Amino acid sequence: MRKQEHSLFFGVDKITVLTYALLVLMGWLNIYAAVYNEDHQNIFDTTQKYGKQLIWISSAALIAVFILIIDAGFFTVFAYVFYVILLLACIAVPYLGREVKGSRSWFRFGDFGVQPAEFMKFATNLALAKFLSNVNIEVQESRRNKLSDILKNYQNTIIAAIFLGLPLIIIKLLQDETGLAIVFVAFIITLYREGLSVNFLIFGLFSALLFVLSLVMDQNTLMIILSCIAALSLLFVKRNRKNIIIISTILITACGVVFGTNYVYNHLEDHQRVRIDVLLGRGTVNLKKEGYNVNQAKIAIGSGGFFGKGYLQGTQTKYDFVPEQDTDFIFCTVGEEWGFVGSSAVIILELFLILRVIFMAERQRSPFSRIYGYGVASVLFFHLAVNVGMTIGLMPVIGIPLPFFSYGGSSLWSFTILLFIFIKLDANRLVILR
Amino acid sequence: MYQSNLSERKIIISTFFIVVAIIYISRLFYLQIVDDQYKLDARNNAFRYRTEYPVRGYIYDRNGKLLVFNEPSYDLLITPKLAKNCDTMALCKILEITKTEFLRRMKKATQAPNSPRKESIFEKQLSPKIYAALQEKLYRFKGFDLQSRNVRKYPRPIAAHLLGYVGEVSKDKAAKDNYYKEGDYIGISGIERSYEEELRGKKGTQIVMVDVHNKTKGRFMDGLYDTLAKPGKALYSSIDIDMQEYGEKLMTGKRGAIVAIDPQSGEILCLVSSPGYDPNLLVGGKERSRNFTKLYYDSINRPLFNRALMAMYPPGSTFKLIDALIAQQDNLISRSTSFPCNRGYPPMGGHPRCHAHPGVDLTGSIATSCNSYYSYVFREIVDQKKYPKFEDGYNHWRDAVRSFGPNTKLGTDLPYDKPGNVPSVEYYNKVFGKNHWRSNTVVSLGIGQAELTLVPLQMANVVASIANRGFYYTPHCIKGVGLEKKLDPRFKEKRFTYVQNQVAYDNVHDGMQQCFDAGTGYASRIPGIVACGKTGTAENPHGDSHAVFSCFAPRYNPKIAIVCLVENAGFGGTWSAPIVSLIVEKYLTGKVTRPDLEKRLIEADLINRKNLLGSGHH
Repeated sequence: MRKQEHSLFFGVDKITVLTYALLVLMGWLNIYAAVYNEDHQNIFDTTQKYGKQLIWISSAALIAVFILIIDAGFFTVFAYVFYVILLLACIAVPYLGREVKGSRSWFRFGDFGVQPAEFMKFATNLALAKFLSNVNIEVQESRRNKLSDILKNYQNTIIAAIFLGLPLIIIKLLQDETGLAIVFVAFIITLYREGLSVNFLIFGLFSALLFVLSLVMDQNTLMIILSCIAALSLLFVKRNRKNIIIISTILITACGVVFGTNYVYNHLEDHQRVRIDVLLGRGTVNLKKEGYNVNQAKIAIGSGGFFGKGYLQGTQTKYDFVPEQDTDFIFCTVGEEWGFVGSSAVIILELFLILRVIFMAERQRSPFSRIYGYGVASVLFFHLAVNVGMTIGLMPVIGIPLPFFSYGGSSLWSFTILLFIFIKLDANRLVILR
Repeated sequence: MYQSNLSERKIIISTFFIVVAIIYISRLFYLQIVDDQYKLDARNNAFRYRTEYPVRGYIYDRNGKLLVFNEPSYDLLITPKLAKNCDTMALCKILEITKTEFLRRMKKATQAPNSPRKESIFEKQLSPKIYAALQEKLYRFKGFDLQSRNVRKYPRPIAAHLLGYVGEVSKDKAAKDNYYKEGDYIGISGIERSYEEELRGKKGTQIVMVDVHNKTKGRFMDGLYDTLAKPGKALYSSIDIDMQEYGEKLMTGKRGAIVAIDPQSGEILCLVSSPGYDPNLLVGGKERSRNFTKLYYDSINRPLFNRALMAMYPPGSTFKLIDALIAQQDNLISRSTSFPCNRGYPPMGGHPRCHAHPGVDLTGSIATSCNSYYSYVFREIVDQKKYPKFEDGYNHWRDAVRSFGPNTKLGTDLPYDKPGNVPSVEYYNKVFGKNHWRSNTVVSLGIGQAELTLVPLQMANVVASIANRGFYYTPHCIKGVGLEKKLDPRFKEKRFTYVQNQVAYDNVHDGMQQCFDAGTGYASRIPGIVACGKTGTAENPHGDSHAVFSCFAPRYNPKIAIVCLVENAGFGGTWSAPIVSLIVEKYLTGKVTRPDLEKRLIEADLINRKNLLGSGHH
């Protein structure tokens, strides 16, 4: 028994590791297809991206093994340290790193580059888990009315929000990497699991809905409709003071969001505004310019049909019609060459991994492990939803990778570390209670 | 801090994840399976359909001599997107165009329906000199490419009207007919038009894959879905290239037409429309349109106008043969019948006018071409007792005439043949008023005048029916299509005329023979050949009469039926008869025994009234 406990793979969830390995392998095959070129057929050719990705994959495997070797306590103890170090790295990179293709988020080492912002994900997840597991969490509703009480009550929520907001703001403002920054929004799911008031989510979803509505329809009409709904609801509820206040507050907030939309929309950067326009079909979309990426992505995927065109047979893929097809648009390769069968399979496999992580999180005795597990699931889901969503025209174009699939060392390392820390924590769940 | 009531949130979260995944998979189902648009778009992205143009069929004459063949020509193509940083000045110099012109074409190639990524034609049918210069230096001009196309070539500069020409398909036609794309060639007139489907063959398509930069990446599925071009079929024409050439030579300096038919098959032996033009003028790029414009605007000679098929002339006295035949068929006259002639048709006070032919019989009336005689014959036919109503009699005459081909579309294999005109009762009712006209009113119809018009091809067809003693084959100029030399079965059907009385034909043939032996065609006797002929002088309101001569030969077992019409040349015996006589002699004997006559005819320029040794005769 003791001997077993010291074995490297003791308690390691094999299903998760296998799913991970399968996704990485499929990812590599699709990267090979995306950059496939008759002149360079040697898979170990490191001048080609699939050759490089092989290096990334093997180094990721080493990292995974390394994580499984070290003591799980290491991650809890150094959670804040990781967070602070990486946060500093994120601040430093625009000044110390080399600018690559206009991006200021890279440290370069010769041919290879590393994005510290990618690693911010697991560090933030660790820090958040540590913070939430240490406090007697009260990220929950309050019935008291005084402002100071409310603040006190939401103290932990606010601190948690700062943990998430810092990297978000730093990466967005200093590095201008919207895709890398926006991921931290995903941790709301973790917070929700840990007791965040459902009103936050309802408010969030409601605002998002109003944001979209006020972009696709006339704002005055929308405002009249909202007022009508408010008036109607007054007819159906008790018209006491409390209800009237609640309903008018909601109405005023809604109108605020509608007005705010204009402000936010007009203060977006041009390319972001255009991406929203493309998604919502506002105005005329020029398929040669702003609409090119999404349209070509849809063409590649849509032309795949049921079974796809066959491996290395995708004309859109081979002949480079979709930009960024090895990284953010790798899903197009799947869609074109493997068809509906293959692309659904990838979504299902990714979803399976995420649900498996949730399942594992729920079996943790330690809150730290559980919270961390939910962080992993949230981050993976966010990437899956946004990445696939943008290729099929359901999300605006945000440059974030498809977990384990997209080409890139930083993202593969980052997802591997994120996942394997959790696998390690899970493997340890029977050993000691933290 | 673990609160049991929060653990149900795992279900909400998991459900949310699953719902999103289901939405995404449904969306994929829609994109990949329901909506076909993306499959089309993908093809438009990555496939280029390269057309392989088939070789257009050759055309041979009746003896296997080449009439039309092809010569390769090259178009310069451009893909504007790839043509960056090219040495514009050098290219302009080679193409002999200005920089403004270069930029204009570049703009044209970039705008719809062209596109910067698509190949379009920059310069059509490069001259051999430009082609040679360009081919050497093509590597210097990125984005430019040469495409080989075939253009028509004619070994002898003749038969332009008959063969027709090939040109770019019109926008309308390209829009209506799936086969053609703008810029494709199509037969526009003549045989090229009527046999377009046989000649053109079938285009092939190569599916080539290109990348996002429009760089060729090879054949799709190694050419599995490519189709090969099918070459056009060869046409074996019934034209005798030597006769055609000789006819055109004899018609030099004259306006008019010659049509010769083999009566035993309906095959057209020659179809001359004069003045003609060298068909080689209407091939090629720049020169073609320049030449076409020049020919098109020559309003005096109208060289593009195919007189043999489209010019409607009064047949003049050659028409009397039909009257003679109908009247005999109806038993109204016999060989010995004679009518008064007093330098004209007595009942109408000497009109139509005539020379004095007192007491000629049927054969004599043909040989001497007596107008008075045929005025009587016409009246005999129209006013015969069988038809108490005058209009019925007239219609009877008209139908009998039409059975020889006039006023019908013969249905030849050439486009644009005109039907000619034998006026209808309704027409005259309109002109004169109902019951206000009689046979005498329109008596000049009987001698092939008044509103009666035929195109030269119909005149030749009439002669062929007479030579055949009562039937004709639909005239046609192609006697075999493709290797199997297939002939449309409609050209093998006999079409019978109203007149089947063989004695009538004997009498008319006698008269026509006399025409050579002692009549109006005496000067054009053909040495050693018994031929039958009939002169005609078609009065025409616009100027001097047209000279017509109809003839078939030999009289027994006729091999050729021929009509020659020379505009404004006066009496038929002077110009048309000798031309016919020379052609027939050359065709039947292979020799020309009267070189002086030949020389005089070739040199005679009736258009400019030069070298006229003969004189008009009325």
